[in-house]
Amino acid sequence: MTATDPARTTPAVRRLPTQEITTRTDSREILANARRDTERYGLDDYFIVDVDSHHVELDSWPEILTYLDSPVMRDTAEQMMRNWPNAARLALHNHSPGLTMQDVSGRIPHQAALAEDTPDTTSGAHRDVTLVQRAMNAMSIDVQVVFPQPMLETGLHPQPEVATALLQAYNRWFAAEVLTREPRIKTMLGLPFENPDACLETIREFADHPGVIGFLVTSQRHAGVHRNAYMPVYAELERRGLPIGFHAGPNQSDTMTSTMNKFLSAHAMSFVTCNMTHMTNWVINGIPERFPGLKTIWIESGLAWVPFMMQRLDHEYYMRQSDAPLLTKPPSHYMREMYYTSQPMEWTDDALLASTLRAIDAPNTLMYSSDWPHWDFDVPGRIAALPFLDDHAKRNILGETARKVFNLG
Amino acid sequence: MTTTTEAPRAVDVAGSDEIDERGRLVVEIGVGGTTVTVGIFRFRGELRAYENVCAHQGGPACQGRVVQRVREKLDESRRSQGLVFDADSMHVVCPWHGFEYEVATGRHPGRPDYALRSFPVQESGGRIRVTV
Ligand code: FES
Repeated sequence: MTATDPARTTPAVRRLPTQEITTRTDSREILANARRDTERYGLDDYFIVDVDSHHVELDSWPEILTYLDSPVMRDTAEQMMRNWPNAARLALHNHSPGLTMQDVSGRIPHQAALAEDTPDTTSGAHRDVTLVQRAMNAMSIDVQVVFPQPMLETGLHPQPEVATALLQAYNRWFAAEVLTREPRIKTMLGLPFENPDACLETIREFADHPGVIGFLVTSQRHAGVHRNAYMPVYAELERRGLPIGFHAGPNQSDTMTSTMNKFLSAHAMSFVTCNMTHMTNWVINGIPERFPGLKTIWIESGLAWVPFMMQRLDHEYYMRQSDAPLLTKPPSHYMREMYYTSQPMEWTDDALLASTLRAIDAPNTLMYSSDWPHWDFDVPGRIAALPFLDDHAKRNILGETARKVFNLG
Repeated sequence: MTTTTEAPRAVDVAGSDEIDERGRLVVEIGVGGTTVTVGIFRFRGELRAYENVCAHQGGPACQGRVVQRVREKLDESRRSQGLVFDADSMHVVCPWHGFEYEVATGRHPGRPDYALRSFPVQESGGRIRVTV
């Protein structure tokens, strides 16, 4: 049919059944526009690994708490759920109230809840798997690394023993109930970092479990990652060839962010400063020299902080070499040998992003992550659209580097 | 996909009474094997039509929350007096990540080069037509 054809067909007009997307809208419908990128960039032809996404563990909280080892702790949880009006999905948890600002007053509904129907699901875990599958299919993702959400705050739990017990219960629940249902779902399980012995036990318990491809430090916490007590943990991960990831998180009540009156400000700063802190201790104390085979991944802090830290640490190191005697190379060298997940990729200035990608050697160190269903998630088309990378680099970032790092075969 | 080999044409999409003041209608228009999804909005009697594709990452911008622009009030000493809604505006917010677009212009209020693709829209005889 051409523009001059007199017999043009009458256009079909269809009113969309969903005029406004809400928390009740199906994920497949929310994400339907991702299909445009899939077609435009041929993404079905790429192996896409999403190295950071989330499910909502509080939706399954009563199920998870049954996995608590200690009868005393289990009783405490049961009593809280029974007696406290709002604790049914929060018992023992240190949920931070500022997090309810994340959806920008209902403007970004999927951040607040994925409250869509999932007919025929029989448990919280089953429902979670269904939601993950919907998102993966909508975004053409082949393998998705799934993390919890509020559990990432456990590093700030006021009672370390409770934090350790919750992480153990969550890890056992996730391994038994979620990973067994869908082989395309993988995870890096959270380490109970307050307790180095429990970290080692966690690694030994789960390292060989199908779908467990590494371990995670939920990095909003106040422990120095260079403390001697952690060296056996790093040695164990290095020996097993399993990566360690640092997953950033928000905290609106530390000394800096407590001056901030907007979620935007606290989120912009604190998601980055926790990983900057750990990165500084990690590099300056020579952890990469001590464990050269340990693969290290920095997660959910975006990328703009990395070239800043490279310049800042190199600059200081040249003047104060005796403060970092284990280093045999500038800090930026070690940073360039670590891995970074892409989201939220700060793409507001082409030249700055291009030089960031160059600084971190993105074709070999950067791994795509969506962070779905968070309010600042990135679709895979974000990587495919980058004008200053060739196809080989894009394939690496979208999945091939992750394939190597996690031995995905 | 939105590309079509056909010449633009005015397509009857709805009756005038189907889009109220500060209301919206999102329709999919199929032309010659391709489709384009368009949001039509009415603000102060005027209609505007935009493609349902956000300038950020391609999200369904026209299916988001419709809300007035938020402004911050300052007193004569430039002390903040808090946040207020601006009744002289109508925003539609992309539900993927929150980019807001002024319905009258289709532009992001702080970065006007982030804009929705607009389509001509006419209203006559109680019918609304969008040229796609
Ligand atoms: S795609 Fe619309 S705000 Fe990101």
